[in-house]
Order: sequence, then structure tokens, then C-alpha cells
Amino acid sequence: MMPFWPEYAFMIVGMGIVTYLPRWLPLILLSRRQLPEWLVDWLDFIPVAILSALLAPLLLTSGPVPHLDIGRAELFAALPTFGVAFLTRSLGGTVLAGMLAFWLIQIYWLG
Amino acid sequence: MRQARFASVWRRGLSAAWPICLGYLPIGMALGVLGQKAGLHPLAIGFMSLIVFAGSSQFIAVSMISSGIPALTIVLTTLVVNLRHLLMSSALAIPFRGRSRRLLTLFAYGVTDESFAVNYPRLLDGNWQIEHALVVNHAANLTWIASTIIGGYGGQYIPEGAFGIDYALIAMFICLLIFQLRGRVYLFTALVAGVLAVGLSLVLPGNWHIIAGSMIAATIGTIIKRRHMRSPL
Repeated sequence: MMPFWPEYAFMIVGMGIVTYLPRWLPLILLSRRQLPEWLVDWLDFIPVAILSALLAPLLLTSGPVPHLDIGRAELFAALPTFGVAFLTRSLGGTVLAGMLAFWLIQIYWLG
Repeated sequence: MRQARFASVWRRGLSAAWPICLGYLPIGMALGVLGQKAGLHPLAIGFMSLIVFAGSSQFIAVSMISSGIPALTIVLTTLVVNLRHLLMSSALAIPFRGRSRRLLTLFAYGVTDESFAVNYPRLLDGNWQIEHALVVNHAANLTWIASTIIGGYGGQYIPEGAFGIDYALIAMFICLLIFQLRGRVYLFTALVAGVLAVGLSLVLPGNWHIIAGSMIAATIGTIIKRRHMRSPL
């Protein structure tokens, strides 16, 4: 166990507060006012930018200290996954196809 | 009538949420296993999942706990790792304009990379209310809490990597990225964000590459879009 229970509980509550505030403040503050047009445009680009910024390092880097790595099963499996997503536009179908591709690549290619 | 709508909210919410739940299962169980190895009771891990509900910072917290790092450092690290939610909640404030504070306060608890990516495009399409989004958030949350506890109790007996389940969230991000490519400017923004995030991840600590990469790319996208509006090609 962590040294003792109350310290762990305090730490968790602290982590909870600093996680909740960035999720809560913008929703409460920004949903009440008319935002300038440039900000609305900027926020409209945030989802595509965040998704790509989350995804690309998962496909192209590896290691606890990240380094560029273009030989990962994650990257090879992404090619058919992108194809299925583009053609079917089905989230569930893409997830299952991606899992299958990744599984097969790990077993038959890199295994 | 009301009951039919209630059932439909649940049905549509859950049918949007299941890929997230599938993806959370192996990750949550892995966290549970690590937590148990770090000396945490499975229920203490579940308590963390309930109060914090942020996968990457929980992994970091567990590894910091096992190396005996002070609680205050862990809390500050959690803050930095989760600052990216500022961006997501800001984007969500636009479709949620004028919704009640009570619902937004409840909703904020469940803003994650995954629920944001599933809810946001549906909210833009219309035909997706905060109630649907809440079902997605809470289904994901319950799966997360349960899978971390299960991992803490018996995760080490489950074979690793079965059926490629470790790829579920990556495949989900790929599909949601495709959904977001609503024109050439969006494609260009995505490419810029991806290149920047990869490059910055090699030099910046923690999650700063996600925040910095996406903010710079969104700024470039906005500039291009506004140039084109003034002088359409």
C-alpha cells in the first residue's frame, strides 16, 4: 500500500480536482457568451488537430524515451484500418477490422 | 412517448459508446495489474478511476507511486497531463451553448480523449443531445472503473494482446480522424498536427506535444480558412 490510506485519499482528491477543473471551466465559461468568429473557427479545428496529434505518435514513435520508429505493427495495421474507415465510415466495423489487422500482423509477420 | 425517447437515448448512446468500452477493457485491466504490483488494493485503484477518470495520468501516477514520488508532485503532473482537456471542453462549449450549468457540470466529469472524439462530430451533425453524450461518457466511465478493478484482482491471469484488443482505441482514433476530415483545410491541419506532434514528442516531456502540436495546427488551419474567405479561390 501507499504509506497510509489518508495520504492516498488526499492525493486522489487532489488529482481529481486538477483533472476536473480543465474539463469544467471552459464548458461553464464559454457556453454562456458570444465568442468572436476567429475563436469559433479555431475551436472547430481543434478536434481534427487533437485526434491527429494523439494518433501520429502512437503510430510513428516507440520507447519510454520516444524515438522515431517506422517499423511498428501499429503503423502497418493502420493502413488497412484507414482504408476500412474511409470506405465503410463505420466506427464499430473499423475498430474490429483494426483489431483483426493488428492481431494478424503480430502473429504472422512480427511474431 | 417519453419512455420511448428515454429508451432511444440509451440505445443510441450505448451503440456509440461500445467501441470506447471495448478499447478501455485491456487498458483498464493493465492499469489494475500495475496498480496491484505497486502495492495498491484493487478497490483503491477503482477509487482512483472513479475520482480521476483519466487513463494516461493514472498510469503515470501508479508508476510514480511505485517509485515513491511525493503526492504533491503526482498531483502537479496530473494537472499538466490533463491540460489538453481545456481545449476539448472549449470546443464542446460551442455545441453546448446555453445548456444548463447542472448538466454541463455532470458532463465535464466524463470529458476524455475518447468520449470527446465520439461525441463532438455527432453534436455538430445535430440530432445528438447532451443526454446522448452523457450516456456515452458514463458507459465509458463505468467500463473504465470496472476494468481497472478487475485488472487489480485477476488481470495477471488474462493472456496479453488477445484478439488484437490493444489496437481498439488506435483504430477508433483512426476512424474518428477520417470523420473529421471535412475538407482540404482539415486534411492539411491534420497532417500539420501529426507531423508536429511526432516531432515535438521527441523533444518535449509528457503530453506537451499533443497540446502544442494541436494548438499550432489549429492556428494554421484558421489562418488558411480566413484567408480563403476573404479572397475565395
